Amino acid sequence: MSSVAMRKSPTVKIMSYGFVAIWLVLAAFPFIWTLWGSFKVELDFFSIADWTDAITGTRTLAETGSAFTGAGYEGAWVQEEFWKAVINTFIVCFFTVITSLTIGTLGGYALSRSTFKYAFWLLIAALIFRAMPPITLVSGYLLPFFEWNLWGILPTSIIVLVAINQPFTLWMLHSFFTKIPKDLDESAMVDGCTRFQAFRHVIIPVMWPGVITTGLFSFLLAYNDFAVTAMLLSKENQTMVPKIASFLGTTQTEGNVMFAVAAVVSATVPIFILVMFFQRQIVSGLTAGAVKG
Amino acid sequence: MNKILKSGLLVAALLGSTAIAHADCGIENGRVSIVGNEFPAIQTVGKGAEACATDSVEVKTNLTADHQKINLAGMTGNPAEYTSAIVANSSIVALMNDDVIRPLDDLVAKHGSDIKKNQLITIGGKVMAVAFMANAQHLVYRADVLEKAGVEVPTTYEEMLAAAEKIRSMGIMENPVGGAYKAGWNLAQEFTNMFIGHGGEFFKAGTAEVTINNEKGVATLEMLKALTAYMNPDYLTHDSNATNAEYRAGNVALMNMWGSRAATLTEADGVSDEVKAGFAIAGPMTVAGGDTPATTLWWDGWTVAKNISDADAEATFIALKNAIAPAILNDETTQQAVWLIDGYQPTDKATGVFAAAEAGSTPYPMLPFQGLLHTALGAEIPDYLQGKEDAAKTLADIEAAYNAAAKEKGYL
Amino acid sequence: MKHKTFFWFILPTAMAMLLFIAMPIVSVVTQSLFTPHDQVFKVVENCGPFGCKEETIIDNEAMADLNAEKPLGKFAGLAIYFDRGHLAVSEVADAWTSSDSIGEFFSTINNLPFYRAMGFTLSYTFIVTPLLIILGFMIAIAVNSLNGAIKGLVIFFSLLPMIINPLVGSLILFWMVDARGVFGSGLQWLFDDPTLSLKASTTLTWIMLMVYGVWHSAPFAFVVFYAGLQTLPQDTLESAMIDGASRWERIRYVVIPHIMPLVTFVALIQLMDNFRVFEPIVGFNAEAHAQSLSWIIFNDLAGETRLLSSASTTSVLTIIGVAILLSPVLVRTWRDFTRKV
Repeated sequence: MSSVAMRKSPTVKIMSYGFVAIWLVLAAFPFIWTLWGSFKVELDFFSIADWTDAITGTRTLAETGSAFTGAGYEGAWVQEEFWKAVINTFIVCFFTVITSLTIGTLGGYALSRSTFKYAFWLLIAALIFRAMPPITLVSGYLLPFFEWNLWGILPTSIIVLVAINQPFTLWMLHSFFTKIPKDLDESAMVDGCTRFQAFRHVIIPVMWPGVITTGLFSFLLAYNDFAVTAMLLSKENQTMVPKIASFLGTTQTEGNVMFAVAAVVSATVPIFILVMFFQRQIVSGLTAGAVKG
Repeated sequence: MNKILKSGLLVAALLGSTAIAHADCGIENGRVSIVGNEFPAIQTVGKGAEACATDSVEVKTNLTADHQKINLAGMTGNPAEYTSAIVANSSIVALMNDDVIRPLDDLVAKHGSDIKKNQLITIGGKVMAVAFMANAQHLVYRADVLEKAGVEVPTTYEEMLAAAEKIRSMGIMENPVGGAYKAGWNLAQEFTNMFIGHGGEFFKAGTAEVTINNEKGVATLEMLKALTAYMNPDYLTHDSNATNAEYRAGNVALMNMWGSRAATLTEADGVSDEVKAGFAIAGPMTVAGGDTPATTLWWDGWTVAKNISDADAEATFIALKNAIAPAILNDETTQQAVWLIDGYQPTDKATGVFAAAEAGSTPYPMLPFQGLLHTALGAEIPDYLQGKEDAAKTLADIEAAYNAAAKEKGYL
Repeated sequence: MKHKTFFWFILPTAMAMLLFIAMPIVSVVTQSLFTPHDQVFKVVENCGPFGCKEETIIDNEAMADLNAEKPLGKFAGLAIYFDRGHLAVSEVADAWTSSDSIGEFFSTINNLPFYRAMGFTLSYTFIVTPLLIILGFMIAIAVNSLNGAIKGLVIFFSLLPMIINPLVGSLILFWMVDARGVFGSGLQWLFDDPTLSLKASTTLTWIMLMVYGVWHSAPFAFVVFYAGLQTLPQDTLESAMIDGASRWERIRYVVIPHIMPLVTFVALIQLMDNFRVFEPIVGFNAEAHAQSLSWIIFNDLAGETRLLSSASTTSVLTIIGVAILLSPVLVRTWRDFTRKV
């Protein structure tokens, strides 16, 4: 990326570094605070007496004899068997991302290459579909799913997540595809490829950054989903987010907030690994020269 | 509670559950599938039912905080996914309205001779549910703070206000009153309590016409507002969790709190010795010279689905009857709730709920339209408490919001 | 592309959307036009652990025939759309005739749940969306100029506001902005006002929700723009440079036109998401100060007695609202589309 065109003066450099630094503080501070606080007792983390308790761990020290405690993690992972929810989450996310991207790239590509009016109206329909609030959709699913014995199992949730995130996936991939020059696949077809071969061997390799980015968002949507998973999964098939929500307690029952805090911190680790792993793909961009012009 | 004790209890619980596992409940065959809330007492009941599982009897439980959103859908199909839903007196109404639970009279006659009479919830002469635990809101206070301020334990809300004023003026606490006044369900619940305390009737008898827009309604709102003057300014965001947290941190000396929450109030990690020592509970308070305490009584109980085979219904009944047999009570489970079952020895922390029952408190109304009013109350009262409008306007708004909802449901 | 090829490419995604979104939308629209039948009551004696009491219940036997005959309920037409909980036609008309001033009219309107929710929803949408696009763009440009080694780390930390589950994320932030939390104390110190509480004032609650909205969604805009920047035509940039274009001119005339389709996309998605704002309101316990359309739906479905027709009606109104809101963007997309032909 350090092309001649992007080279810049020292002032611009300092300003942009400073800006990134400020943004990083804003973005990361609550997380760092949570990470630190997850090793405290609840009365320190939600320190009503004095907010500095959250840093020093006054009550934690009084309670456990040390300024740090792993009680939240132990409670969440051992006592409440959070690992089960982790496994379920990964099953759900993996299949949701794979399915979403497969059917989404096919559809998005077709929409970007079709010049007929119905393609436009399909895009608009998808958009209107997305306007539907998910709570209404999900409460409508309940009766038929119970009737057909589909309620409570992981495949149902995966299909629903794929379907309700499809408009987003489609639009996102469509806007990436439209930026890829048509000549690319058309020349491949002139060389004797079928439409599908052109798509598979010419377009997809060029599309990686778009696919990875879209995949990242599909993943995050599935990973953070609450509306669908909370309503459509039975207790034993629960994913992380509803599980964390159940740690928080209800009006008439005591929750254990520190379990939830520890669980949230744990839940961020896989994403960290994921981003570190894929950033090369995000960063590397398109193969040099492939889409010039 | 320290860690060793905790894991000790865990082991004991595990041993206990293996000991009663495979108990012969006398079910030949059938399917039992229970949906309910997830608090510890219901977990105990769920485990009790699961102990009846054999090769020919399948027992499943799905205990989750979202139970109310799925129980109706899960009991509507035929055969229903859930053969039983564990409900409270407010939530049984939705199941009754849609006619998805069955009368239990024949099953009670056949298998339930040892269920206490007062555990049976009869509606129009038919047994529709079997209750196993009770709950109520009552006073929780700090004995040490009241002593320091030189005030008696309040028995009325007027005394509570006076005590709060004294505590504040002596500089002991800035906001001595706590309350779950979060906009929505919690706040509506406080209005319900206080309106009952004022001797109000929510509806014209036999109809769905709401009757809160009167001087009792105004007095109720005024009392709620008077109390908020002694609360943390963020009271409209405080649910019972947040209110308990304030108490634990030693910021609150007087609050109206759920009995089910009182038992564990001072057991959380990090509560100071001062708060632990001062922790005390008393019965609910009255208001405006009334006799009926400003609180409501609640029960939790189980039902049996209508759209299932008689064999499954029988299996469900027997499994759940075993789940609330006196044998489930041990040192750990006794703490979990105010049980209604035989052989329950009330702990100290259950005194508030018992006092509420003895003082002639009324149960939360089991009316088809009470839930609609509750929702309307929770949405409209914040305007009054924030000073955006006066009491008369707020009551008129509540009435209008309720009427729109009741018309839609075909109640008016 | 030929019709047949198009059909096979689009089939899987179209089927998924048809089954799980289009059909439910049809049923929701139907539901919004019907209400339950008029209920028949009877007064019976109810007994329980706390004694007996005369109470009203629904006479299910009397209702059974009617429900079996017309399971959809009573046809209500647009009655629910026009009732107080939604468009409140008669209340608005009353307010218009009885108000002495425009101000009084608007304060009466603002007391009606739908219009109040609309007020917050629209303010939120139109303040948060542009801000998050600008912020996301600035981050993307700045991060793009970083050296390879720290880029990955910066990208990860930039994504954090979006990754942390909103449910617990807002719980933690909610605590941090408490009058006694770290941000709350900081603000009190900054403004030298020890009674300052973000949660007790409507204005401050709105600002808090909007700041959260920008913070939470900016990473989305950032990642999309960042991916777009990777395909910047380097030779155009270079020739612009040779022509003596300043850095700002290069951004204005090369970078922005290049990522414009992505800006449209982000605007589209975010306008829609912000119009359906829901989670922050619940997470920040802000119901008393701010309500949105999605929150109204949630509230209708969360009570002991669920208002299905009302929730369906609000959902349909949400869809219509989104369609109106997006129409300028849609016109733009239409123009892009026809240009393609």
